[in-house]
Amino acid sequence: MKQTDVIVIGGGPAGLAAALAAHRGGAQTLLIEREPRLGGILKQCIHDGFGLVRFSEQLTGPEYAERDIISFKQAGIEALTTTFVTRIKKTATGFILTAVNETGVLTITAKALVLATGCRERTARQVFIHGTRPAGIFTAGTAQHYINLLGQMPTKKCVILGSGDIGLIMARRLTLEGATVLGVYEAKPTPSGLTRNLYQCLHDFDIPLYLSQTVTRVYGEERLTAVEVCAVDENMQPIAGTGQKIDCDALILSVGLIPENELAVSLGVELDPKTKGPLCNEALMTSVDGVFSCGNALHVNDLVDYVSESGERAGTAAANFSCKQRAEIALTADANFAYLVPQRLDLNDIDTKTIIYFRSQRILENCDVVVTVNKQEVLRKHYSHLRPPEMERLEVDFATLNLTSDSTLSFKMEVR
Amino acid sequence: MKELICILCPNGCALSVADDQSELAVTGQKCKRGQEFAIAETTNPTRTLCTTVKTSFPEMPVLPVRSATAIPKERIFDVMTEINQILVTEALSSGTPVITNVLGLSIDIITTASLENTH
Repeated sequence: MKQTDVIVIGGGPAGLAAALAAHRGGAQTLLIEREPRLGGILKQCIHDGFGLVRFSEQLTGPEYAERDIISFKQAGIEALTTTFVTRIKKTATGFILTAVNETGVLTITAKALVLATGCRERTARQVFIHGTRPAGIFTAGTAQHYINLLGQMPTKKCVILGSGDIGLIMARRLTLEGATVLGVYEAKPTPSGLTRNLYQCLHDFDIPLYLSQTVTRVYGEERLTAVEVCAVDENMQPIAGTGQKIDCDALILSVGLIPENELAVSLGVELDPKTKGPLCNEALMTSVDGVFSCGNALHVNDLVDYVSESGERAGTAAANFSCKQRAEIALTADANFAYLVPQRLDLNDIDTKTIIYFRSQRILENCDVVVTVNKQEVLRKHYSHLRPPEMERLEVDFATLNLTSDSTLSFKMEVR
Repeated sequence: MKELICILCPNGCALSVADDQSELAVTGQKCKRGQEFAIAETTNPTRTLCTTVKTSFPEMPVLPVRSATAIPKERIFDVMTEINQILVTEALSSGTPVITNVLGLSIDIITTASLENTH
């Protein structure tokens, strides 16, 4: 049986950063990746715009990944690629992990785990589109995989549902490769993606964006031949009589991402219904001792730079992990927050710098984020605007606040 | 008055450019790069082009590439046509030009990943 200190599951940007940090923290580290190549989703994100925060440069996804892969290889960290983790069991001293690859079944023990398993795309069956089940319905990430990794075009003429960033990026990519993108349809009254992507991906190529409209039905037997689009009311319910049939050969979906936590759940890790990732403390340790979470498995990020940052934090903490009593208090957030990460603070382990990630529930202009301890204001930060598509990052020093297990730690948003 | 969105960072500042005959007045930017972007966008809009080239390696049938610097926006599809002629037959590493001085624009098309043989 193979033994190591820290096992990192997932070889994308979060896992690479976690493995490097764990290695630097002195832990014997093993990274497990199910694909043949490291880099995760960045391999297929060939557009630029990555790394502005971390490297002060505009890199493409593969360029960003390669920087970490080079550091990872130079550090001599062991990686098992084309290896799939099938089971993890918690023991008194750590974890026993079972994985499979072409050499057979492997059993590995570790003292701590970092789950860097990324996220999955929401599919057509999860957005309730009626009709037949023809070929030609792809998630934006699948279309991106076909074009950017396999060199195959999945469509000549398509409709995109959802204005998330991947959908916008794919609208441009498909157009560059000669496909016609008839339009991007968004059920919500506001776009989901970043403003700059609306500009450089849609506006640049004259691709129309239809807000408060959605796809309600697909047509076609073997292959998709058309979709029906409908206007929706403020409750996102289709309005009768507004249906319109559009001929196309594909429907591309960019309708949201969900953190992947199947392994976490099998270990009894508690999830946050808001983030759909594990509830964790400031060291990114989940409710199960020795299990850490980072990147898009923890919560869906919009910048890879913060994925790497959380990976680094989880990896460092995993290397330092020793089983000891926790004294955690909850970080509560008001209804203006879509979510806040971490959700807990371990009073036995408070750092002078705790990094908080959050999103607002709705668009707010000119507002303050206020942190209170026992209703006493301890921090106030002004934001000219907060938008749900844009994740915010806040550093708070909790170490000087004399927090006790009775303290109530609250976050709220106040519009000025 | 021209309205545009700065694409240089995720802030995506909404910029206004007023054309007062001789001078362009930019408002709405949070940093000075926004000013530069708005003027470039009004006089000579450019974009970094990111796409792929075909390879002869079954493990990686396409390799990602980009223009080394931004190219004039109206030449994007012309440059795409050039890039689509390329077939990579060597295991190139990241940052290698696959086209130098594309269409006489004094800009190279470079690889953004290394061809890896995983078998």
